[in-house]
Amino acid sequence: MVYFDHAATTPMLPEVVEAYAAAAATGGNASALHCSGRAARRLVEESRERVAAALGARPGEVVFTGGGTESDNLAVKGIFWARRAADPARTRIVASAVEHKAVLDTVEWLERHEGAKVAWLPVDELCRVHEEDLELALTDDVAVTTIMWANNEVGTVQPVAALAAVSAAAGVPFHTDAVQAIGQLPVDFAASGASALTLSGHKLGGPVGVGALLLGRDVAVTPLLHGGGQERDVRSGTLDVAGISAFALAVELAVQRRTAFAAQLAALRDELVERVQAAVPCALLNGDPGDRLPANAHFSFPGCEGDALLMLLDAQGIECSTGSACNAGVAQPSHVLLAMGADDARARSSLRFTLGHSSARTDIDALVAALPTAVERARRAGKIRR
Amino acid sequence: MRVLAAMSGGVDSAVAAALAAEAGHDVTGVHLALAKNPQTYRSGARGCCTLEDSRDARRAADVIGIPFYVWDMVEEFQEDVVDDFVAEYAAGRTPNPCLRCNEKIKFHAVLERALALGFDAVVTGHHARLGADGLLRRSVDAGKDQSYVLGVLNSHQLAKSMFPLGGYTKEQVRELAAARGLGVAGKPDSHDICFIADGDTQGFLAARLGSSPGDIVDSETGEVVGAHDGAYQYTIGQRKGLSIGRPAPDGKPRYVLSITPVTNTVTVGPRAALEVSTVTGDRALWLAPSPGGAVQVQLRAHGEVHDAQVSVVDDEIIAVLGKPALGIAPGQTMVVYQPDPAGDIVLGSATISAAR
Repeated sequence: MVYFDHAATTPMLPEVVEAYAAAAATGGNASALHCSGRAARRLVEESRERVAAALGARPGEVVFTGGGTESDNLAVKGIFWARRAADPARTRIVASAVEHKAVLDTVEWLERHEGAKVAWLPVDELCRVHEEDLELALTDDVAVTTIMWANNEVGTVQPVAALAAVSAAAGVPFHTDAVQAIGQLPVDFAASGASALTLSGHKLGGPVGVGALLLGRDVAVTPLLHGGGQERDVRSGTLDVAGISAFALAVELAVQRRTAFAAQLAALRDELVERVQAAVPCALLNGDPGDRLPANAHFSFPGCEGDALLMLLDAQGIECSTGSACNAGVAQPSHVLLAMGADDARARSSLRFTLGHSSARTDIDALVAALPTAVERARRAGKIRR
Repeated sequence: MRVLAAMSGGVDSAVAAALAAEAGHDVTGVHLALAKNPQTYRSGARGCCTLEDSRDARRAADVIGIPFYVWDMVEEFQEDVVDDFVAEYAAGRTPNPCLRCNEKIKFHAVLERALALGFDAVVTGHHARLGADGLLRRSVDAGKDQSYVLGVLNSHQLAKSMFPLGGYTKEQVRELAAARGLGVAGKPDSHDICFIADGDTQGFLAARLGSSPGDIVDSETGEVVGAHDGAYQYTIGQRKGLSIGRPAPDGKPRYVLSITPVTNTVTVGPRAALEVSTVTGDRALWLAPSPGGAVQVQLRAHGEVHDAQVSVVDDEIIAVLGKPALGIAPGQTMVVYQPDPAGDIVLGSATISAAR
């Protein structure tokens, strides 16, 4: 099997599995006052310190959550509600048009159910958000800005520090979904100027179902989950000690190994891009060719449907993704490519290949051997009236 | 062979996919998304396009151990089946959407896409036999036989199709499902028209065709005996719900004899006038080497079979029935069978254009 879908999830690192198993075997409720509770709490707090140290945050700024989607919901809804409660005139959300569904749907939900107004920031043909557009959007009724660190589909890296500075100058908290960035790009919470930052365990070698929101101590947020008051009263619920300690180790390792890992992935990715375009000359690379995630290659194959290609490659043991969300299993044209100015056909014709710690040159050999036939067949199928 | 299994989420298509895989084929499962707004069982839908059906199909594919995908056929289904269904009623005919779906969606749009993608055939859970001789025959389960709704498939389509269930009864299919651990083994059969979730065909048509008042006319006297709100609400042979104020001169009930869209008239008359002995169909499809002869015809789904003399002329099939048939509606499909001890053989089909 050839796995090109590390951006969807990447296998847990062996040492992380070990750490998970060891912590899971120990037990203990981190909120309990007795001995086993104290031991569990120690593990959690050490984990908090490790995550903070790895990402330029203070331990008190780390809020453990159930993953990236929850962190995005907590940041966008929580900050929106808290800001509106403090000043009822602040009802606007500024968001880029290419956010992950976890942000996009959250913003749209607030629009439908909470009367939020939304300023969607455009992107250029390389998927970059521009500072001038953010400046224009920051009217005096904005509650929160949310712009992802790097795009999960096409891999384009945003100028986060510059955008966060623009938002801060207008006095608006800035949230960034950095799920794809950690382990591939240098991420320093304090230096970024962001008020809140989302990260997720299973994208960087940790377990599924655990993540964190880095949240400045001065950023007011209304909780989504009420209960025992864990995590600064922002995120109630018994702490997942094993998950959190495994997650913290994964974050630490991802950051430690980042420089060498990113260079290795980028070299492999560049080879993949070159060889795919040699094997299928019509393949169009999407996203910023220079400023992109080192693990990401994203193409459009004109005349093909992404889901047909995906099926044909899957049949050859090659696993990749169209990168975009489905609706009850039915592929939708990518909102990211549409925002970049692609037409519906190009937005449906894309495939994403993402690399990770198991990737090797032989994976690319297998891909370029299978791809030309798959593209030819998918193109024939695409010509049938739809 | 590389075969594509169309999986509705029901027991038949799940078992068909399993049998194809066990026969050594390289099987990929596909569920067709056909409904614009998929319903759930809780909202009262009882067709075959709910989100639960999609999940059931996926579960079955996982148990069989084959890849599974959902294909978006919403637009094709809307255009070729739903819009066609409404247009046929508007034109005073009585369509069978399942036949149209087989002809245009399953064995055209899906089949052609599958062939382009490198598949050799499509396998479905229809109850009909299709053997090495290439002949389409009725299922061994007469009560579940679906050869009628497959009667519109041409020889190219049949050559690229597999129906593994034709040799099994429905009961046996359920046993095969249970033996393989398929959760759909006990799932109830789908019924009615899948895109009319509540089963209210009249309401469905009324919402799309609106009100169009016209006369109900007596065939014998030519008198206007009533009024209707839309001729599409009537079917040939219908007796109930005509709301005719006066009784007929002979005191006997009256039936819908014909619908004339041009004048928006529904014509009613005595039962005897419903009898037809010659049925003509256009859009003829003829699979047999010899044209016509003494055969049998079936004029509606699950309808009775008539002995007939059939002749094929250009695009038309003309059937002279041995005994008169009652209430034959234009728009329905006539399927011609050759009686055979090894299963009656489908010879051809046509869309009924006239019956007298």
